Amino acid sequence: MHPLAETIQARFPDGFLSAQEWRGDLAVTVKREALHAIGRFLKDDPSMACDYIVHVSSVDWPDEEERFEVVYEVYSIRHRHRIRVKTRVPERDCFVDSLTDIWPGADFMEREVFDMMGIRFNNHPDMRRILMPDDFPEGYPLRKDFPLQGKGWRDTFDFLNEGAAS
Amino acid sequence: MAHLEDQRETIYKVDPANPETKDLPILRTEELLLNMGPQHPATHGVLKVILDLEGERITKSTVVMGFLHRGVEKLAEYGTYHQFIPHTDRLDYVCAMYNNFAYCRAVEKLMNVTVPERAEYLRTIVAEVQRIIGHLFWLGTQALDIGAMTVFFYTFRDREILLDWFDELCGARLTTSWYRIGGVERDFTASLETRIRDFLAYFPPKIDEYVVFLEKNRIWLARTVGVAVISAEDALGYGLSGPTLRGSGVDYDLRKYESYGAYPKCEFSVPVGKNGDTYDRYWIRIEEMRESIKIIRQCMDQMPKEGPVLADVPSVTLPPKNRVFTNLESMIQQFKLFSQGFDAPPGEIYCGTEAHKGELGFYIVSTGGGKPYRLKIRSPSFIHMGAFDYMAKGYMIADAVTIFGSYDIVMGECDR
Repeated sequence: MHPLAETIQARFPDGFLSAQEWRGDLAVTVKREALHAIGRFLKDDPSMACDYIVHVSSVDWPDEEERFEVVYEVYSIRHRHRIRVKTRVPERDCFVDSLTDIWPGADFMEREVFDMMGIRFNNHPDMRRILMPDDFPEGYPLRKDFPLQGKGWRDTFDFLNEGAAS
Repeated sequence: MAHLEDQRETIYKVDPANPETKDLPILRTEELLLNMGPQHPATHGVLKVILDLEGERITKSTVVMGFLHRGVEKLAEYGTYHQFIPHTDRLDYVCAMYNNFAYCRAVEKLMNVTVPERAEYLRTIVAEVQRIIGHLFWLGTQALDIGAMTVFFYTFRDREILLDWFDELCGARLTTSWYRIGGVERDFTASLETRIRDFLAYFPPKIDEYVVFLEKNRIWLARTVGVAVISAEDALGYGLSGPTLRGSGVDYDLRKYESYGAYPKCEFSVPVGKNGDTYDRYWIRIEEMRESIKIIRQCMDQMPKEGPVLADVPSVTLPPKNRVFTNLESMIQQFKLFSQGFDAPPGEIYCGTEAHKGELGFYIVSTGGGKPYRLKIRSPSFIHMGAFDYMAKGYMIADAVTIFGSYDIVMGECDR
Protein backbone atom coordinates (compact mmCIF):
# COMPACT_ATOMS: atom_id res chain seq x y z
CA MET A 1 0.00 0.00 0.00
CA HIS A 2 1.09 3.57 -0.63
CA PRO A 3 2.96 5.07 2.40
CA LEU A 4 0.49 7.97 2.62
CA ALA A 5 -2.42 5.55 2.78
CA GLU A 6 -0.59 3.59 5.47
CA THR A 7 -0.18 6.75 7.53
CA ILE A 8 -3.88 7.48 7.28
CA GLN A 9 -4.73 3.88 8.19
CA ALA A 10 -2.42 3.93 11.20
CA ARG A 11 -3.89 7.19 12.41
CA PHE A 12 -7.55 6.34 11.73
CA PRO A 13 -7.91 2.54 11.99
CA ASP A 14 -11.69 2.81 12.37
CA GLY A 15 -12.37 5.43 9.73
CA PHE A 16 -10.10 4.02 7.03
CA LEU A 17 -11.73 1.54 4.65
CA SER A 18 -9.46 0.94 1.67
CA ALA A 19 -6.88 2.46 -0.63
CA GLN A 20 -6.59 2.14 -4.39
CA GLU A 21 -3.72 3.09 -6.62
CA TRP A 22 -4.34 3.21 -10.33
CA ARG A 23 -2.47 4.99 -13.12
CA GLY A 24 -0.40 6.78 -10.48
CA ASP A 25 -3.39 8.25 -8.62
CA LEU A 26 -3.87 7.47 -4.95
CA ALA A 27 -7.47 7.21 -3.74
CA VAL A 28 -8.44 6.52 -0.16
CA THR A 29 -11.95 5.45 0.81
CA VAL A 30 -12.98 6.45 4.31
CA LYS A 31 -16.06 6.22 6.50
CA ARG A 32 -18.37 9.19 6.37
CA GLU A 33 -18.08 9.82 10.12
CA ALA A 34 -14.29 10.10 9.89
CA LEU A 35 -14.20 12.36 6.83
CA HIS A 36 -13.93 15.64 8.69
CA ALA A 37 -11.24 14.39 11.07
CA ILE A 38 -9.23 12.96 8.19
CA GLY A 39 -9.61 16.22 6.28
CA ARG A 40 -8.28 18.12 9.28
CA PHE A 41 -5.39 15.65 9.58
CA LEU A 42 -4.52 16.00 5.87
CA LYS A 43 -4.40 19.76 6.16
CA ASP A 44 -2.60 20.15 9.49
CA ASP A 45 -0.23 17.21 9.79
CA PRO A 46 3.26 18.25 8.63
CA SER A 47 3.84 14.94 6.83
CA MET A 48 0.65 15.47 4.79
CA ALA A 49 0.41 19.30 4.52
CA CYS A 50 -2.33 19.15 1.89
CA ASP A 51 -3.03 22.86 1.80
CA TYR A 52 -4.42 23.09 -1.73
CA ILE A 53 -7.92 21.83 -2.53
CA VAL A 54 -8.20 20.62 -6.10
CA HIS A 55 -11.82 19.63 -6.54
CA VAL A 56 -14.90 18.20 -4.88
CA SER A 57 -16.94 15.82 -6.95
CA SER A 58 -19.60 13.18 -6.65
CA VAL A 59 -20.55 9.93 -8.35
CA ASP A 60 -23.93 8.22 -8.41
CA TRP A 61 -24.10 4.40 -8.14
CA PRO A 62 -27.89 3.78 -8.16
CA ASP A 63 -27.67 0.01 -7.71
CA GLU A 64 -25.60 0.04 -4.57
CA GLU A 65 -26.66 0.22 -0.95
CA GLU A 66 -24.68 3.38 -0.27
CA ARG A 67 -25.68 5.16 -3.39
CA PHE A 68 -23.55 8.31 -3.59
CA GLU A 69 -19.85 8.82 -3.48
CA VAL A 70 -18.35 12.17 -2.52
CA VAL A 71 -14.82 12.76 -3.75
CA TYR A 72 -12.36 15.31 -2.40
CA GLU A 73 -9.01 15.77 -4.04
CA VAL A 74 -6.25 17.64 -2.24
CA TYR A 75 -2.65 18.48 -3.05
CA SER A 76 0.38 19.38 -0.99
CA ILE A 77 2.51 22.21 -2.33
CA ARG A 78 5.35 21.33 0.01
CA HIS A 79 5.53 17.59 -0.64
CA ARG A 80 3.98 17.67 -4.12
CA HIS A 81 1.63 14.77 -3.59
CA ARG A 82 -2.01 14.36 -4.47
CA ILE A 83 -4.57 12.40 -2.45
CA ARG A 84 -8.15 11.62 -3.38
CA VAL A 85 -10.42 11.00 -0.41
CA LYS A 86 -13.73 9.29 -1.10
CA THR A 87 -16.67 8.52 1.10
CA ARG A 88 -20.03 6.84 0.56
CA VAL A 89 -23.50 8.09 1.55
CA PRO A 90 -26.83 6.23 1.40
CA GLU A 91 -29.75 7.96 -0.30
CA ARG A 92 -32.11 8.03 2.69
CA ASP A 93 -29.56 9.83 4.86
CA CYS A 94 -27.80 12.04 2.37
CA PHE A 95 -25.50 14.09 4.59
CA VAL A 96 -21.75 14.62 4.73
CA ASP A 97 -19.81 16.91 7.04
CA SER A 98 -18.68 19.97 5.16
CA LEU A 99 -14.97 20.64 4.89
CA THR A 100 -15.50 24.36 4.34
CA ASP A 101 -13.87 25.18 7.66
CA ILE A 102 -10.69 23.39 6.58
CA TRP A 103 -10.47 24.58 2.97
CA PRO A 104 -12.70 27.63 2.36
CA GLY A 105 -12.70 26.85 -1.35
CA ALA A 106 -14.85 23.80 -0.62
CA ASP A 107 -17.78 26.21 -0.25
CA PHE A 108 -18.61 26.57 -3.96
CA MET A 109 -17.51 23.06 -4.83
CA GLU A 110 -19.81 21.49 -2.23
CA ARG A 111 -22.65 23.71 -3.35
CA GLU A 112 -22.15 22.37 -6.84
CA VAL A 113 -22.26 18.79 -5.54
CA PHE A 114 -25.50 19.60 -3.72
CA ASP A 115 -26.96 21.24 -6.80
CA MET A 116 -26.07 18.43 -9.16
CA MET A 117 -26.39 15.35 -6.98
CA GLY A 118 -28.52 16.36 -4.00
CA ILE A 119 -25.99 15.51 -1.30
CA ARG A 120 -26.27 17.91 1.64
CA PHE A 121 -23.36 19.12 3.72
CA ASN A 122 -23.60 19.65 7.46
CA ASN A 123 -22.28 22.96 8.80
CA HIS A 124 -22.04 24.46 5.34
CA PRO A 125 -22.43 28.26 5.53
CA ASP A 126 -24.64 28.67 2.47
CA MET A 127 -26.27 25.46 1.27
CA ARG A 128 -28.12 26.67 -1.82
CA ARG A 129 -28.21 25.71 -5.46
CA ILE A 130 -25.46 27.31 -7.49
CA LEU A 131 -25.77 26.55 -11.20
CA MET A 132 -29.42 25.57 -11.56
CA PRO A 133 -32.17 28.14 -10.82
CA ASP A 134 -33.24 28.37 -7.17
CA ASP A 135 -36.76 27.25 -8.07
CA PHE A 136 -35.66 24.31 -10.21
CA PRO A 137 -38.34 21.71 -9.51
CA GLU A 138 -37.00 18.60 -11.19
CA GLY A 139 -34.46 17.38 -8.68
CA TYR A 140 -30.79 16.82 -9.23
CA PRO A 141 -29.59 16.68 -12.83
CA LEU A 142 -26.47 14.57 -12.53
CA ARG A 143 -28.21 11.64 -10.86
CA LYS A 144 -28.37 8.62 -13.11
CA ASP A 145 -32.18 8.48 -12.97
CA PHE A 146 -32.47 12.05 -14.32
CA PRO A 147 -33.19 11.96 -18.07
CA LEU A 148 -30.86 13.88 -20.37
CA GLN A 149 -33.68 16.03 -21.74
CA GLY A 150 -35.10 16.94 -18.33
CA LYS A 151 -38.46 16.09 -16.84
CA GLY A 152 -40.69 18.52 -18.68
CA TRP A 153 -40.33 21.73 -16.69
CA ARG A 154 -39.29 23.62 -19.81
CA ASP A 155 -42.49 22.59 -21.60
CA THR A 156 -44.50 24.63 -19.10
CA PHE A 157 -42.73 27.90 -19.96
CA ASP A 158 -44.61 30.67 -21.73
CA PHE A 159 -42.77 31.75 -24.82
CA LEU A 160 -43.41 34.95 -26.76
CA ASN A 161 -44.99 34.24 -30.09
CA GLU A 162 -42.66 36.32 -32.20
CA GLY A 163 -44.27 35.41 -35.51
CA ALA A 164 -47.69 36.72 -34.49
CA ALA A 165 -46.58 40.36 -34.13
CA SER A 166 -46.05 41.03 -37.83
CA MET B 1 -10.89 45.36 6.73
CA ALA B 2 -8.96 48.03 8.63
CA HIS B 3 -9.23 50.59 5.87
CA LEU B 4 -12.99 50.03 5.79
CA GLU B 5 -13.26 50.96 9.45
CA ASP B 6 -11.22 54.13 8.87
CA GLN B 7 -13.48 55.17 6.03
CA ARG B 8 -16.55 54.74 8.20
CA GLU B 9 -15.02 56.89 10.93
CA THR B 10 -14.23 59.80 8.67
CA ILE B 11 -17.42 59.89 6.67
CA TYR B 12 -20.22 58.96 8.99
CA LYS B 13 -19.32 59.63 12.57
CA VAL B 14 -20.07 63.09 13.78
CA ASP B 15 -18.56 63.43 17.18
CA PRO B 16 -20.88 65.51 19.43
CA ALA B 17 -18.03 66.34 21.81
CA ASN B 18 -15.95 67.83 19.04
CA PRO B 19 -17.06 71.41 18.29
CA GLU B 20 -15.53 71.34 14.83
CA THR B 21 -17.96 68.71 13.63
CA LYS B 22 -20.96 70.22 15.38
CA ASP B 23 -22.28 72.08 12.36
CA LEU B 24 -21.74 69.28 9.88
CA PRO B 25 -24.95 67.69 8.64
CA ILE B 26 -25.53 64.29 10.15
CA LEU B 27 -25.41 61.87 7.27
CA ARG B 28 -27.93 59.13 7.07
CA THR B 29 -26.25 55.77 6.69
CA GLU B 30 -27.93 52.96 4.86
CA GLU B 31 -26.78 49.68 3.45
CA LEU B 32 -27.34 49.58 -0.26
CA LEU B 33 -27.94 46.48 -2.31
CA LEU B 34 -26.61 46.70 -5.84
CA ASN B 35 -27.27 44.22 -8.57
CA MET B 36 -24.36 43.98 -10.95
CA GLY B 37 -25.13 41.96 -14.02
CA PRO B 38 -26.20 39.56 -15.48
CA GLN B 39 -25.77 41.81 -18.50
CA HIS B 40 -22.82 43.99 -17.65
CA PRO B 41 -19.98 44.63 -20.07
CA ALA B 42 -17.32 43.86 -17.48
CA THR B 43 -18.66 40.53 -16.28
CA HIS B 44 -17.19 38.68 -19.27
CA GLY B 45 -20.40 36.92 -20.11
CA VAL B 46 -23.48 36.49 -17.99
CA LEU B 47 -22.58 36.74 -14.34
CA LYS B 48 -24.58 38.44 -11.65
CA VAL B 49 -23.08 39.73 -8.44
CA ILE B 50 -25.23 41.16 -5.67
CA LEU B 51 -23.18 43.65 -3.72
CA ASP B 52 -23.98 44.85 -0.21
CA LEU B 53 -22.58 48.33 -0.06
CA GLU B 54 -21.74 50.80 2.58
CA GLY B 55 -21.12 53.97 0.66
CA GLU B 56 -19.08 52.70 -2.21
CA ARG B 57 -17.39 49.97 -0.20
CA ILE B 58 -18.36 46.35 -0.62
CA THR B 59 -19.25 44.62 2.63
CA LYS B 60 -20.56 41.37 1.17
CA SER B 61 -20.98 39.99 -2.29
CA THR B 62 -23.14 37.13 -3.43
CA VAL B 63 -22.25 35.54 -6.72
CA VAL B 64 -25.18 34.28 -8.78
CA MET B 65 -24.15 32.14 -11.69
CA GLY B 66 -25.39 29.38 -13.90
CA PHE B 67 -26.83 31.56 -16.66
CA LEU B 68 -24.63 29.73 -19.15
CA HIS B 69 -25.06 26.27 -17.65
CA ARG B 70 -25.49 23.78 -20.47
CA GLY B 71 -25.05 20.53 -18.60
CA VAL B 72 -21.80 19.59 -20.27
CA GLU B 73 -20.97 17.00 -17.60
CA LYS B 74 -24.32 15.32 -18.14
CA LEU B 75 -23.88 15.38 -21.91
CA ALA B 76 -20.50 13.70 -21.53
CA GLU B 77 -22.16 10.64 -20.00
CA TYR B 78 -24.24 10.18 -23.15
CA GLY B 79 -21.49 10.38 -25.76
CA THR B 80 -18.32 8.49 -26.53
CA TYR B 81 -14.93 9.79 -25.51
CA HIS B 82 -14.13 11.04 -29.02
CA GLN B 83 -17.46 12.82 -29.30
CA PHE B 84 -16.77 14.94 -26.24
CA ILE B 85 -13.81 16.82 -27.77
CA PRO B 86 -15.97 19.48 -29.52
CA HIS B 87 -17.85 20.05 -26.25
CA THR B 88 -14.57 20.99 -24.58
CA ASP B 89 -14.14 23.80 -27.14
CA ARG B 90 -17.22 25.43 -25.71
CA LEU B 91 -16.03 25.41 -22.11
CA ASP B 92 -13.52 28.21 -22.26
CA TYR B 93 -14.41 29.45 -25.72
CA VAL B 94 -11.58 31.95 -25.72
CA CYS B 95 -8.93 29.24 -25.46
CA ALA B 96 -10.35 26.09 -26.97
CA MET B 97 -7.02 24.45 -27.75
CA TYR B 98 -6.01 24.16 -24.13
CA ASN B 99 -9.32 22.58 -23.18
CA ASN B 100 -8.89 20.01 -25.94
CA PHE B 101 -5.39 19.36 -24.69
CA ALA B 102 -6.47 18.90 -21.08
CA TYR B 103 -9.28 16.54 -22.04
CA CYS B 104 -7.19 14.45 -24.43
CA ARG B 105 -4.48 14.10 -21.80
CA ALA B 106 -7.02 12.84 -19.29
CA VAL B 107 -8.37 10.21 -21.69
CA GLU B 108 -4.84 9.20 -22.63
CA LYS B 109 -4.09 8.67 -18.97
CA LEU B 110 -7.21 6.55 -18.65
CA MET B 111 -6.37 4.49 -21.74
CA ASN B 112 -2.61 4.46 -21.16
CA VAL B 113 -1.85 5.75 -24.65
CA THR B 114 1.58 7.16 -25.44
CA VAL B 115 1.68 10.09 -27.83
CA PRO B 116 4.35 10.11 -30.60
CA GLU B 117 7.21 12.51 -30.08
CA ARG B 118 6.47 14.89 -32.93
CA ALA B 119 2.86 15.12 -31.80
CA GLU B 120 4.00 16.03 -28.28
CA TYR B 121 5.98 18.94 -29.71
CA LEU B 122 3.14 20.08 -31.95
CA ARG B 123 0.76 19.97 -28.99
CA THR B 124 3.11 21.98 -26.82
CA ILE B 125 3.67 24.63 -29.49
CA VAL B 126 -0.04 25.08 -30.12
CA ALA B 127 -0.81 25.07 -26.40
CA GLU B 128 1.71 27.85 -25.83
CA VAL B 129 0.34 29.81 -28.77
CA GLN B 130 -3.04 29.42 -27.12
CA ARG B 131 -1.61 30.64 -23.84
CA ILE B 132 -0.33 33.79 -25.58
CA ILE B 133 -3.77 34.32 -27.13
CA GLY B 134 -5.39 33.87 -23.74
CA HIS B 135 -3.08 36.32 -22.05
CA LEU B 136 -3.47 38.86 -24.85
CA PHE B 137 -7.22 38.59 -24.60
CA TRP B 138 -7.01 38.95 -20.85
CA LEU B 139 -4.67 41.93 -21.01
CA GLY B 140 -6.85 43.76 -23.52
CA THR B 141 -10.10 43.22 -21.68
CA GLN B 142 -8.66 43.82 -18.23
CA ALA B 143 -7.17 47.13 -19.34
CA LEU B 144 -10.47 47.99 -21.01
CA ASP B 145 -12.38 47.24 -17.82
CA ILE B 146 -10.05 49.42 -15.80
CA GLY B 147 -10.27 52.25 -18.30
CA ALA B 148 -7.18 51.99 -20.49
CA MET B 149 -8.80 51.43 -23.85
CA THR B 150 -5.82 51.70 -26.16
CA VAL B 151 -4.13 48.47 -25.05
CA PHE B 152 -7.16 46.53 -26.21
CA PHE B 153 -6.58 47.47 -29.87
CA TYR B 154 -2.92 46.53 -29.73
CA THR B 155 -3.41 43.16 -28.06
CA PHE B 156 -6.28 42.27 -30.37
CA ARG B 157 -4.16 43.17 -33.39
CA ASP B 158 -1.59 40.57 -32.33
CA ARG B 159 -4.18 38.04 -31.21
CA GLU B 160 -5.67 38.26 -34.69
CA ILE B 161 -2.37 37.14 -36.24
CA LEU B 162 -2.44 33.99 -34.14
CA LEU B 163 -6.10 33.32 -34.77
CA ASP B 164 -5.44 33.48 -38.50
CA TRP B 165 -2.66 31.01 -37.89
CA PHE B 166 -5.16 28.70 -36.16
CA ASP B 167 -7.44 29.18 -39.12
CA GLU B 168 -4.79 27.77 -41.43
CA LEU B 169 -3.97 25.01 -38.94
CA CYS B 170 -7.43 23.57 -38.42
CA GLY B 171 -9.95 25.68 -40.29
CA ALA B 172 -11.39 27.38 -37.23
CA ARG B 173 -10.40 30.40 -35.23
CA LEU B 174 -12.03 29.72 -31.88
CA THR B 175 -13.72 26.33 -31.66
CA THR B 176 -10.77 24.41 -32.92
CA SER B 177 -11.05 20.70 -31.94
CA TRP B 178 -7.58 20.10 -33.32
CA TYR B 179 -6.32 17.74 -30.63
CA ARG B 180 -7.19 14.06 -30.85
CA ILE B 181 -6.93 11.32 -28.28
CA GLY B 182 -3.42 10.01 -28.91
CA GLY B 183 -2.10 12.96 -30.89
CA VAL B 184 -3.33 15.73 -33.14
CA GLU B 185 -5.54 15.92 -36.17
CA ARG B 186 -2.98 17.06 -38.74
CA ASP B 187 0.65 18.04 -39.05
CA PHE B 188 2.07 21.52 -39.57
CA THR B 189 2.60 22.61 -43.14
CA ALA B 190 5.73 24.45 -44.27
CA SER B 191 3.75 27.68 -44.42
CA LEU B 192 2.57 27.28 -40.82
CA GLU B 193 6.14 26.80 -39.63
CA THR B 194 7.30 29.90 -41.48
CA ARG B 195 4.45 31.95 -40.09
CA ILE B 196 5.05 30.91 -36.49
CA ARG B 197 8.77 31.65 -36.85
CA ASP B 198 7.91 35.09 -38.22
CA PHE B 199 5.67 35.62 -35.24
CA LEU B 200 8.44 34.64 -32.81
CA ALA B 201 10.57 37.40 -34.25
CA TYR B 202 7.72 39.89 -34.38
CA PHE B 203 6.15 39.40 -30.97
CA PRO B 204 8.75 40.09 -28.18
CA PRO B 205 9.08 43.84 -28.96
CA LYS B 206 5.28 44.05 -28.88
CA ILE B 207 5.22 42.83 -25.27
CA ASP B 208 7.47 45.75 -24.37
CA GLU B 209 5.00 47.99 -26.16
CA TYR B 210 2.11 46.88 -23.92
CA VAL B 211 4.31 47.30 -20.89
CA VAL B 212 5.07 50.89 -21.90
CA PHE B 213 1.35 51.58 -22.08
CA LEU B 214 0.66 50.25 -18.63
CA GLU B 215 3.59 50.21 -16.30
CA LYS B 216 4.07 53.96 -16.23
CA ASN B 217 0.37 54.68 -16.38
CA ARG B 218 -0.61 56.19 -13.05
CA ILE B 219 -4.23 55.18 -13.37
CA TRP B 220 -3.33 51.57 -14.14
CA LEU B 221 -0.98 51.46 -11.16
CA ALA B 222 -3.53 53.05 -8.84
CA ARG B 223 -6.16 50.56 -9.90
CA THR B 224 -3.98 47.47 -9.63
CA VAL B 225 -1.22 47.89 -7.03
CA GLY B 226 -2.46 46.71 -3.66
CA VAL B 227 -5.93 45.86 -4.95
CA ALA B 228 -7.51 42.50 -4.11
CA VAL B 229 -4.62 41.17 -2.08
CA ILE B 230 -4.81 37.52 -1.12
CA SER B 231 -2.21 35.71 0.95
CA ALA B 232 -0.61 32.49 -0.20
CA GLU B 233 -2.31 30.46 2.51
CA ASP B 234 -5.77 31.77 1.67
CA ALA B 235 -5.20 31.41 -2.06
CA LEU B 236 -4.36 27.73 -1.55
CA GLY B 237 -7.32 27.15 0.72
CA TYR B 238 -9.63 28.65 -1.88
CA GLY B 239 -8.14 26.40 -4.53
CA LEU B 240 -6.91 29.26 -6.71
CA SER B 241 -4.47 28.22 -9.40
CA GLY B 242 -2.51 29.57 -12.32
CA PRO B 243 -1.35 33.20 -12.34
CA THR B 244 -3.86 34.02 -9.60
CA LEU B 245 -2.10 31.64 -7.21
CA ARG B 246 1.43 32.39 -8.38
CA GLY B 247 0.77 36.10 -7.84
CA SER B 248 0.59 35.28 -4.14
CA GLY B 249 4.02 33.72 -4.23
CA VAL B 250 3.18 30.02 -4.49
CA ASP B 251 5.32 28.21 -7.00
CA TYR B 252 2.73 25.82 -8.42
CA ASP B 253 2.88 25.17 -12.13
CA LEU B 254 1.88 21.77 -13.44
CA ARG B 255 4.04 22.29 -16.52
CA LYS B 256 7.03 22.06 -14.20
CA TYR B 257 5.95 19.77 -11.40
CA GLU B 258 3.75 17.22 -13.15
CA SER B 259 5.32 17.84 -16.48
CA TYR B 260 3.69 16.70 -19.69
CA GLY B 261 3.95 17.20 -23.44
CA ALA B 262 7.35 18.51 -24.49
CA TYR B 263 7.70 20.77 -21.43
CA PRO B 264 10.29 18.56 -19.68
CA LYS B 265 12.56 19.02 -22.69
CA CYS B 266 12.30 22.81 -22.65
CA GLU B 267 13.97 25.29 -20.38
CA PHE B 268 11.69 27.93 -18.98
CA SER B 269 11.10 29.65 -15.69
CA VAL B 270 7.91 30.09 -13.76
CA PRO B 271 7.37 33.71 -12.73
CA VAL B 272 6.15 34.01 -9.15
CA GLY B 273 4.84 37.20 -7.58
CA LYS B 274 5.29 38.57 -4.09
CA ASN B 275 2.38 40.72 -3.03
CA GLY B 276 -0.63 38.76 -4.24
CA ASP B 277 -2.28 41.85 -5.68
CA THR B 278 -3.77 42.50 -9.09
CA TYR B 279 -0.56 44.07 -10.32
CA ASP B 280 1.44 40.91 -9.60
CA ARG B 281 -1.08 38.81 -11.42
CA TYR B 282 -0.73 41.16 -14.39
CA TRP B 283 3.06 41.02 -14.22
CA ILE B 284 3.04 37.22 -14.16
CA ARG B 285 0.95 37.05 -17.29
CA ILE B 286 3.30 39.42 -19.11
CA GLU B 287 6.30 37.34 -18.07
CA GLU B 288 4.52 34.13 -19.05
CA MET B 289 4.09 35.45 -22.57
CA ARG B 290 7.83 35.92 -22.77
CA GLU B 291 8.37 32.39 -21.42
CA SER B 292 5.89 31.01 -23.93
CA ILE B 293 7.91 32.54 -26.76
CA LYS B 294 10.99 30.78 -25.37
CA ILE B 295 9.17 27.45 -25.15
CA ILE B 296 7.82 27.70 -28.70
CA ARG B 297 11.25 28.59 -30.05
CA GLN B 298 12.89 25.63 -28.30
CA CYS B 299 10.17 23.27 -29.49
CA MET B 300 10.51 24.47 -33.09
CA ASP B 301 14.26 23.80 -32.95
CA GLN B 302 14.17 20.45 -31.15
CA MET B 303 11.16 18.96 -32.89
CA PRO B 304 11.84 15.85 -35.01
CA LYS B 305 11.43 16.85 -38.64
CA GLU B 306 9.17 13.95 -39.49
CA GLY B 307 7.15 11.32 -37.77
CA PRO B 308 3.61 10.28 -36.98
CA VAL B 309 1.34 12.82 -35.31
CA LEU B 310 -1.22 10.33 -34.02
CA ALA B 311 -0.50 7.25 -31.91
CA ASP B 312 -1.02 3.97 -33.73
CA VAL B 313 -3.35 2.22 -31.31
CA PRO B 314 -6.22 1.12 -33.57
CA SER B 315 -8.47 0.20 -30.66
CA VAL B 316 -8.38 3.79 -29.36
CA THR B 317 -7.09 6.31 -31.89
CA LEU B 318 -8.75 7.34 -35.10
CA PRO B 319 -7.42 6.18 -38.47
CA PRO B 320 -5.81 8.80 -40.75
CA LYS B 321 -8.43 10.75 -42.65
CA ASN B 322 -7.13 9.90 -46.13
CA ARG B 323 -7.42 6.18 -45.34
CA VAL B 324 -11.00 6.63 -44.08
CA PHE B 325 -12.03 7.82 -47.54
CA THR B 326 -10.26 5.08 -49.47
CA ASN B 327 -10.09 2.02 -47.25
CA LEU B 328 -13.13 0.07 -46.04
CA GLU B 329 -11.58 -1.23 -42.81
CA SER B 330 -10.48 2.24 -41.78
CA MET B 331 -13.94 3.57 -42.42
CA ILE B 332 -15.47 0.85 -40.24
CA GLN B 333 -12.92 1.59 -37.53
CA GLN B 334 -13.71 5.29 -37.60
CA PHE B 335 -17.44 4.58 -37.55
CA LYS B 336 -17.17 2.19 -34.62
CA LEU B 337 -14.97 4.53 -32.61
CA PHE B 338 -17.50 7.33 -32.95
CA SER B 339 -20.71 5.33 -32.59
CA GLN B 340 -19.72 2.80 -29.90
CA GLY B 341 -16.44 4.14 -28.62
CA PHE B 342 -13.47 2.18 -27.39
CA ASP B 343 -13.59 -0.14 -24.42
CA ALA B 344 -12.16 1.84 -21.51
CA PRO B 345 -10.93 -0.11 -18.49
CA PRO B 346 -12.92 0.36 -15.28
CA GLY B 347 -11.25 2.82 -12.94
CA GLU B 348 -10.97 6.50 -12.20
CA ILE B 349 -8.36 9.10 -12.95
CA TYR B 350 -7.79 12.77 -12.36
CA CYS B 351 -5.58 14.64 -14.75
CA GLY B 352 -4.80 18.33 -14.28
CA THR B 353 -3.30 20.54 -16.96
CA GLU B 354 -1.91 24.02 -16.55
CA ALA B 355 -4.15 26.09 -18.78
CA HIS B 356 -3.49 29.82 -18.91
CA LYS B 357 -6.21 30.52 -16.32
CA GLY B 358 -5.13 27.85 -13.90
CA GLU B 359 -5.44 24.16 -13.33
CA LEU B 360 -7.96 22.70 -15.74
CA GLY B 361 -8.62 19.16 -14.62
CA PHE B 362 -10.76 16.27 -15.74
CA TYR B 363 -11.89 13.62 -13.29
CA ILE B 364 -13.15 10.63 -15.23
CA VAL B 365 -14.84 7.58 -13.73
CA SER B 366 -15.14 4.65 -16.08
CA THR B 367 -17.01 1.40 -15.54
CA GLY B 368 -15.86 -0.01 -18.86
CA GLY B 369 -17.51 0.56 -22.21
CA GLY B 370 -17.33 3.42 -24.62
CA LYS B 371 -18.81 6.24 -22.55
CA PRO B 372 -17.55 7.88 -19.36
CA TYR B 373 -19.62 6.93 -16.33
CA ARG B 374 -18.95 10.31 -14.77
CA LEU B 375 -16.91 13.18 -16.04
CA LYS B 376 -16.19 16.10 -13.77
CA ILE B 377 -14.53 19.25 -15.04
CA ARG B 378 -12.43 21.14 -12.54
CA SER B 379 -12.67 24.53 -14.13
CA PRO B 380 -10.46 27.28 -12.72
CA SER B 381 -12.99 30.07 -13.40
CA PHE B 382 -15.64 28.45 -11.22
CA ILE B 383 -13.27 27.87 -8.35
CA HIS B 384 -11.80 31.36 -8.59
CA MET B 385 -15.28 32.84 -8.25
CA GLY B 386 -15.53 31.04 -4.91
CA ALA B 387 -12.91 33.41 -3.53
CA PHE B 388 -14.63 36.53 -4.87
CA ASP B 389 -16.59 37.40 -1.73
CA TYR B 390 -13.48 37.08 0.40
CA MET B 391 -11.30 39.14 -1.93
CA ALA B 392 -13.80 41.89 -2.69
CA LYS B 393 -14.62 42.69 0.93
CA GLY B 394 -13.71 46.28 1.75
CA TYR B 395 -12.91 47.37 -1.78
CA MET B 396 -14.84 49.77 -4.00
CA ILE B 397 -17.48 48.81 -6.58
CA ALA B 398 -15.08 49.66 -9.38
CA ASP B 399 -12.57 47.22 -7.90
CA ALA B 400 -15.07 44.38 -8.20
CA VAL B 401 -14.58 44.60 -11.94
CA THR B 402 -10.81 44.51 -11.47
CA ILE B 403 -11.05 41.46 -9.25
CA PHE B 404 -13.01 39.18 -11.48
CA GLY B 405 -11.04 40.51 -14.37
CA SER B 406 -7.84 39.47 -12.64
CA TYR B 407 -9.10 35.88 -12.30
CA ASP B 408 -9.52 35.86 -16.08
CA ILE B 409 -12.97 34.30 -15.86
CA VAL B 410 -14.88 33.03 -18.85
CA MET B 411 -18.45 32.12 -18.00
CA GLY B 412 -18.64 29.24 -20.47
CA GLU B 413 -16.12 27.42 -18.36
CA CYS B 414 -17.47 28.69 -15.07
CA ASP B 415 -21.02 27.45 -15.61
CA ARG B 416 -20.22 24.54 -17.91
